[in-house]
Amino acid sequence: MEIAHDILVKNGLVFAFLFVGLILWLSYRASDLLSRGRIHGSAIAIIVGLVFAWAGGAATGGSKGLSDVTLFSGLAIMGGAMLRDFAIVSTAFGVDLKEIKRAGISGVLALIFGVVVSFVVGALVALAFGYTDPVSLTTIGGGAATYIVGPVTGTALGASSEVVALSVAAGLVKSVLVMVGTPWVAPLIGLNNPKSAMVFGGLMGTTSGVAGGLAATDKRLVPYGAMTATFYTGLGCLLGPSLIYLVIKTMFAI
Amino acid sequence: MIIYGVAILAFCHLAGLIVGRLLGAAMGIDANIGGVGFAMLLLIFITGWLRAHGQLPEQSKNGILFWSAMYIPIVIAMASIQNVAAAVSGGVVAVVTGIAANIACLLLVPVLSRIGGVEPPLPATEGEKV
Repeated sequence: MEIAHDILVKNGLVFAFLFVGLILWLSYRASDLLSRGRIHGSAIAIIVGLVFAWAGGAATGGSKGLSDVTLFSGLAIMGGAMLRDFAIVSTAFGVDLKEIKRAGISGVLALIFGVVVSFVVGALVALAFGYTDPVSLTTIGGGAATYIVGPVTGTALGASSEVVALSVAAGLVKSVLVMVGTPWVAPLIGLNNPKSAMVFGGLMGTTSGVAGGLAATDKRLVPYGAMTATFYTGLGCLLGPSLIYLVIKTMFAI
Repeated sequence: MIIYGVAILAFCHLAGLIVGRLLGAAMGIDANIGGVGFAMLLLIFITGWLRAHGQLPEQSKNGILFWSAMYIPIVIAMASIQNVAAAVSGGVVAVVTGIAANIACLLLVPVLSRIGGVEPPLPATEGEKV
């Protein structure tokens, strides 16, 4: 038993391949048997992954989900930013450049609206819960954008660590919701073509959320959504501590 | 050779991330702006050029397609390392913020998608497997 454990830990990435393979196999079986394929197998697999992530985090108190359990540390390599981005880039192979050009203006508008609307909504919710200083409002607004924009904004503006932690949590909630919810809302919002996928990526912005949500909806949409989402966090980090903070500050100075 | 495809992909990935980082630095922020997006565009251009010149044999293509096929498994692994525990224990403010931002942005998807005309949906696929 100890020998087996030792081998699995030392070959963490290989064990992660096996583990994810098993999750997908079981998820596709479940999709066929329980929903006759109506709920996409990959959607089930992502939910299973998130449940494991929660269990791992709850058991270890760490911040990297199941990979904080030594046996599953290889998942951090397989699902980390490096291989995730590598795989996202590879999905662009075979993409029609004309589709991207056609959705250009919508995509850019989606990015701007996505960042601004998230900040506004986040700040309004924070206001409703009794936060009144512009720094906290902007930071929580940043969290409503992504869990990176929140802390970057908060650190730049000197927000309290409690508010920064809150903004990270808000961003994580958004990201998880996008991963789980996208396949269900996709038919309602017309998310079934490259253009709407680019708009979706620009509006939602969370790379992991968009990557997971579109994977569970229709893998062919992934490159289009990822294309715009990749600009979102940078744009949020750019606008948050500068323009958006100034606007919020001015509004509260009156 | 398969490695040629993987190497092209790796080149695009790295070059795109460097461009994104430089763009961030030029705007004075410590973040990558669009690195993955630039990498994707680069891959589209380079493979398009190679294909037009008959320089992209099946084997090289497979080096890229393998990673494309690994996309969903990698996303599952990504899901399993998210800080879900922190999201769940973030309290009411975090949950309400996350939900509200989600709904507001989702509602805008059909609105902005309509700019310049509605596109037809992608053709249905027959029980596509990973």
